[in-house]
Amino acid sequence: MIEAVGLTKRYGAKTAVYNLSFQVRPGTVTGFLGPNGSGKSTTMRMILGLDQPTAGHVTVGGHPFRELPNAPRQVGALLDAKAVHGGRSARNHLLSLAQLSGIPAARVDEVLGVVGLQEVARRRSSGFSLGMGQRLGIAAALLGDPQVLLFDEPVNGLDPEGILWVRNLMKQLASEGRTVFVSSHLMSEMAVTAEHLIVIGRGQLLSDMSVRDFISHNSADFARVRPADTDPGAREKLVAALGEAGGQVLSERDGALRVTGLPLPRISDLAHESDVRLWELSPHQASLEEAYMRLTQNAVDYRSTADQLAGFAPPPQPGYGGQLYEPPVVPEVPTQGWYAPPPPGENPYASDGPPPAQAPAQAPAQAPVAPPVPPLKAAATAPAPVTAGPAPASAADLVKHVSDEKPDRTAKPDESDAKTETTEDAR
Amino acid sequence: MTAPYEQQAPIWQGGQPLGSYVSPIPVRRATLGDAVASEWTKIRSVRSTMWTLGVMVVLMVGVGVLVAWGVSLSEAALGADSALPLGFFGVLLGSICVITLGVLTIASEYGTGMIRTTLTACPSRGRVLAAKSIVFFLLVLTITTVTAALVGAIQVAMLDGRAATGQEWVRATLGVGLFMALLGLLSLAVGSLIRHSAGAITLMIGVVLLPLVMAMFMFSSSLVDVQEALFEYSIPSQISVLYDVSMTGSGPNGWDPVFIAAAATAAVMGFAFFALNRRDV
Repeated sequence: MIEAVGLTKRYGAKTAVYNLSFQVRPGTVTGFLGPNGSGKSTTMRMILGLDQPTAGHVTVGGHPFRELPNAPRQVGALLDAKAVHGGRSARNHLLSLAQLSGIPAARVDEVLGVVGLQEVARRRSSGFSLGMGQRLGIAAALLGDPQVLLFDEPVNGLDPEGILWVRNLMKQLASEGRTVFVSSHLMSEMAVTAEHLIVIGRGQLLSDMSVRDFISHNSADFARVRPADTDPGAREKLVAALGEAGGQVLSERDGALRVTGLPLPRISDLAHESDVRLWELSPHQASLEEAYMRLTQNAVDYRSTADQLAGFAPPPQPGYGGQLYEPPVVPEVPTQGWYAPPPPGENPYASDGPPPAQAPAQAPAQAPVAPPVPPLKAAATAPAPVTAGPAPASAADLVKHVSDEKPDRTAKPDESDAKTETTEDAR
Repeated sequence: MTAPYEQQAPIWQGGQPLGSYVSPIPVRRATLGDAVASEWTKIRSVRSTMWTLGVMVVLMVGVGVLVAWGVSLSEAALGADSALPLGFFGVLLGSICVITLGVLTIASEYGTGMIRTTLTACPSRGRVLAAKSIVFFLLVLTITTVTAALVGAIQVAMLDGRAATGQEWVRATLGVGLFMALLGLLSLAVGSLIRHSAGAITLMIGVVLLPLVMAMFMFSSSLVDVQEALFEYSIPSQISVLYDVSMTGSGPNGWDPVFIAAAATAAVMGFAFFALNRRDV
């Protein structure tokens, strides 16, 4: 078991990890998630005694790592696949580590077989691909057959076969009663590998719970409801009925409604009672990725923006019909409002998130729906207030606002939506 | 045989022992001997070792033979002098190779990130540095002593001069070997403190050459004392002392250079141990 208590690490003025407390238990694969620069690797280095915490402490099996008896036989780690001397062969690299730990040399050939590197064992590791380097790093972690295993981004650069192998390896190691602590950015991989999640953002703990709880706590589950277009007024009638029943309703671009807080059969009943025909009533299950994005949206330090190429565009041609190409303006916080707000108290950044982007020049006259939401975004996608937990009564008002704005929205060029998608992909 | 850890494992909330997995591989405590074996594997499995030591041997032997050949062609015979001190030039050049290898032995671990893997496998950092120092010192001592003896034998065979005494032979072989190995160890300690190959090598070459070069240009009479000290204690002149051809009449003599080098290396190595234990890697 790994136990961190009040772990804090400062590098000069920058606080990499702040007051982090968690436990990693044996018998399960524990995922360690967080945006770039959130302090995952720093935490792993502190667990391994490579960095000294500024405050707090972390123990492995009750001892600080550097005081463990037989540390390499109890803890194995893959920190950085490229942390090998490139001029040394894979076998000699592992042999030197085995000798250092007092492990029989025969074990070296065993782990080379486990990771599938026997063929290249005597080649210099500088010629290895990223995936082969990862396999060598995993071999080094397995060398001591330890009870506690730490892997920092183990599937980076692996081929699909390798990813599947790592997934099964992690599960198998955990099922043998070992403690397995894995960091990764591949959410789909984490969802099928890990049972427990520890999520950090900007060096602080955001969440420490099982994967299932994590998804349901940060869930973006909703039902998509599409009333029949042929029936004017049906939409408003349905929104009112759903709002009364306690559902939260958000409007989608193409006229469908996003309903949260009501089970599907209840929505169907309500539609039937208010005499509204439905063309679509579909469940939308949240994935781990969505839940993660929603939790960490305010804790992301490095966010990509669209490449504007401003200043390189040719000057407007006279007589081009007056239509000037305007470079797309991307709001500073594109995902703000895309996901439903986190439950109160769950997200320490909910109150002090980055300030809302300035209104883009393209939409100067637009009245903001809710103050913290960038207007462009509010118009392009379904709006959601940033302040936590809207009351059911206000949900109806919200939808009303959006429908009022509908003409304004449709008047705008379609590119605004495409822009948003690009930004999200890039991230 | 099970891990002692298993028996003293603390209990956590569920009342289950901490981690139920027990490895079938016998567990034994790693020792300094294991670390020395590991460092020997490391130092013999990279090409830089072979290259730097190979170049050093070639330089010492090649330059020694060339100098002896040059002397044998010249009119002036050695007369009452011994042929042994002619080995000095090769040793001076070879010291650059020893410095390079000493720095690379530890700084390459920092350069590649290997140091993190090493210190994860052996959290006792002092043991790692001690093992590196032992392996490097013995390797360089053996090779330089043997090469210096070989060069001395070749030069004595090529030229007729005064036969060297046993004392002179020991200083020109084992003494030179010890001095070179200590110089390399000093480089290793500097490399451990600076953690950057190029920076540490540059610094060490400066330490070897700069005092002599500075002394050459100290013309002012008020600096005469400083100039003399720099001349006497610069590394090239200390090597020459081991060959009994001191540049000045006073200053270190006999085995003094080896003692001076040992004291300086011990001091810097102390800092290196302290810093390695304290710093983040």
